[in-house]
Amino acid sequence: MTDIKIKDNIDKDTVQAVKELEGDKYKYGFVTDIESETAPIGLSEEVIKFISAKKNEPEWMLEWRLQAYKRWLTMDEPEWAMVSYPKPKFQELYYYSAPKARPEIDSLDEVDPKLLETYKKLGIPIREQEVLAGVKGAAKVAVDAVFDSVSVATTFRKELSQAGVIFCSISEAVQEYPELVKQYLGSVVPQSDNFYATLNSAVFSDGTFVYIPKGVRCPMELSTYFRINAANTGQFERTLIIADADAYVSYLEGCTAPQRDENQLHAAVVELVALDGAEIRYSTVQNWYPGDENGNGGIYNFVTKRADCRGKKSKVSWTQVETGSAVTWKYPSCILRGDESVGEFYSIAVTNGHQQADTGTKMIHLGKNTSSRIISKGIAAGVSNQTYRGLVSAHAKALNARNFTQCDSLLIGDKCGAHTFPYIEAANTSARFEHEATTTKLGEDQLFYCRQRGLSAESATALLVNGFVREVMQKLPMEFAVEAQKLVAISLEGSVG
Amino acid sequence: MLKIKDLKVEIDGKQITNGLSLDVPAGEVHAIMGPNGAGKSTLSNALTGHPSYHVTGGTAELNGKNLLALEPEERAGEGLFLSFQYPLEIPGVPTLTFLRTALNEQRKYRGEAELSVPQFMKAAKEAAKRLKIEDEMLKRPLNVGFSGGEKKRMEIFQMAMLEPKFMILDETDSGLDIDALRIVSDGVNYMRAPNRGMLVITHYQRLLDYIKPDKVHVLVDGKIVDTGGPELALELEKNGYDKYEALVS
Ligand SMILES: Nc1ncnc2c1ncn2[C@@H]1O[C@H](COP(=O)(O)OP(=O)(O)O)[C@@H](O)[C@H]1O
Ligand SMILES: [Mg+2]
Repeated sequence: MTDIKIKDNIDKDTVQAVKELEGDKYKYGFVTDIESETAPIGLSEEVIKFISAKKNEPEWMLEWRLQAYKRWLTMDEPEWAMVSYPKPKFQELYYYSAPKARPEIDSLDEVDPKLLETYKKLGIPIREQEVLAGVKGAAKVAVDAVFDSVSVATTFRKELSQAGVIFCSISEAVQEYPELVKQYLGSVVPQSDNFYATLNSAVFSDGTFVYIPKGVRCPMELSTYFRINAANTGQFERTLIIADADAYVSYLEGCTAPQRDENQLHAAVVELVALDGAEIRYSTVQNWYPGDENGNGGIYNFVTKRADCRGKKSKVSWTQVETGSAVTWKYPSCILRGDESVGEFYSIAVTNGHQQADTGTKMIHLGKNTSSRIISKGIAAGVSNQTYRGLVSAHAKALNARNFTQCDSLLIGDKCGAHTFPYIEAANTSARFEHEATTTKLGEDQLFYCRQRGLSAESATALLVNGFVREVMQKLPMEFAVEAQKLVAISLEGSVG
Repeated sequence: MLKIKDLKVEIDGKQITNGLSLDVPAGEVHAIMGPNGAGKSTLSNALTGHPSYHVTGGTAELNGKNLLALEPEERAGEGLFLSFQYPLEIPGVPTLTFLRTALNEQRKYRGEAELSVPQFMKAAKEAAKRLKIEDEMLKRPLNVGFSGGEKKRMEIFQMAMLEPKFMILDETDSGLDIDALRIVSDGVNYMRAPNRGMLVITHYQRLLDYIKPDKVHVLVDGKIVDTGGPELALELEKNGYDKYEALVS
């Protein structure tokens, strides 16, 4: 198993490898299909073996996937979130298709005009629009255009490797850095964690791997390079980021441009590990296609994101701006294991139209003198619904645990809803948890007041919304914040007046 | 300046304003007095274009422009200002940010250049000083956590900054102690000018000692039922509205 570029070029070895694994048990008769870019429909051991073979994975990786799959078979889809959607039919999904094999369209004429309008407002060049929308043959050109062919990417890579930073796809890491992957994969989000995480463990397609060695401050935001590629990471993305002792990294995920994707179900897993004195800042802008005016065709986004502040004085910050998806189910969390470790969660969630979001965080205080901070800003408009769900808990040994939670909701119009469920558990008396919550209604009268002063309904809303989210926006890397601010305004367009 | 003819207004299908006519020439201050529920705020809301107030008949013009055809923000751009009876809170938006954005949108509507930040700040400092408003208050989100009196003072501050052509003060005096009343009245009088008109809605004659009206109108049951000079206010203070109410019912 030497050829790691197997994805694009399935060679005879792979076919052979699969045959050896499987003996003669090709009961679904997909022998010939191994040449194809897509796994047979549905989920089975065979499909998982197919995926693993496609990626030319070592035995241990396949075993790991199969273990997860067996576990998944015994699990039920969670029902507790305040979202409702037709349950995905798991046996009618495809679990592997080669990267860039998104169903293609011939030109932008075939794309929802609303989406194109949004691209325009965000100032996205036509080439990039085509990539995001999945126009045939657009990908390569645009990536080249944006990154000035391969040279920029190469420059980045060179700079990173000089610093000793490993930044590659998770598939590549499985091949090149198996020891690191074995040590950390599933160590934060165990295979058995929850229905979607377990599913992801069985079938994850690709994702990102980052390792920052001891004492290294990553020389750049791990983002720019990644931006456009993010459009193609597939539906079961897996990310693993490790900051070794005293290392620092800021990682940016996602894209402000709304991305069209035929895969309705997205179930990513992100694991962060911060060792002694290390700091990870993880920022997300999530803007998957939310569906049309009637709520059809949007993405279901069921993500498991968790950080393990494993080392003493380690720190993890999650910052997220969520404006997309039809249904979102997401709780970036921190396990504050190391003494004096710090966890932060800053979130802006915007729902409009028929969107539903159930998001929040968990701060699990295990070590002494650990502290956490949660600032959540939810904006609901249209007939959308959103829920903040947060858990702050202090273990018996977590002496002097501190948490501050601020949870604000802004309702635009009177057909939307916002709900807050803060759970608090303290197993020792030295914990100090503070919680503040507000709900503001941006009603007709408030808008009229602004309009009487000369503001249009749109700029009044923008002003109010910006005021409402400012505190969290400031936590985003500068250039991203500017885009995110625009994005929030655009997401709310048409919700007033 | 402001010409209202036979105005009819409905809320929730209920007719409140019943054919109201009123003429306020430039440079004049007219007071409107009337019992609770007479339709005074309905008149100010209908003139400024609140979407819940439906005009079902009549006309309203400001300097010859048909107000009723304009959006609320366009009416503001034409120079119409309302000091609200119950000013709303605008969370998260510092007062000065709010006001500068509003002012610049109005100027844009009128085809005027934006005011630079230093120009704006200078004007804000002066107005704040006149109205005895602390700098610190201007940095806070507009009206959030302000007392009733502070909110009213902030309305007048906004009025000073926006320099409207026609001003409606809806019970600006209620909830003010005597010192605040004097400060607010000074602020209002400061804005009197030959090209400006003003409608002062109040329950109490007291305010009219400070802001001297050219005319006083009595509004009962959605109509102007009497008009006179400042002495009419004194008489109303003494005798109330009984004789008018008997008339309409
Ligand atoms: N939003 C509303 N919905 C229904 N009725 C209203 C509304 N606002 C005012 N009214 C009614 O209209 C009448 C006039 O009210 P208003 O103009 O506020 O009186 P005033 O300002 O003279 O005290 C009252 O009978 C009041 O109950
Ligand atoms: Mg009133």
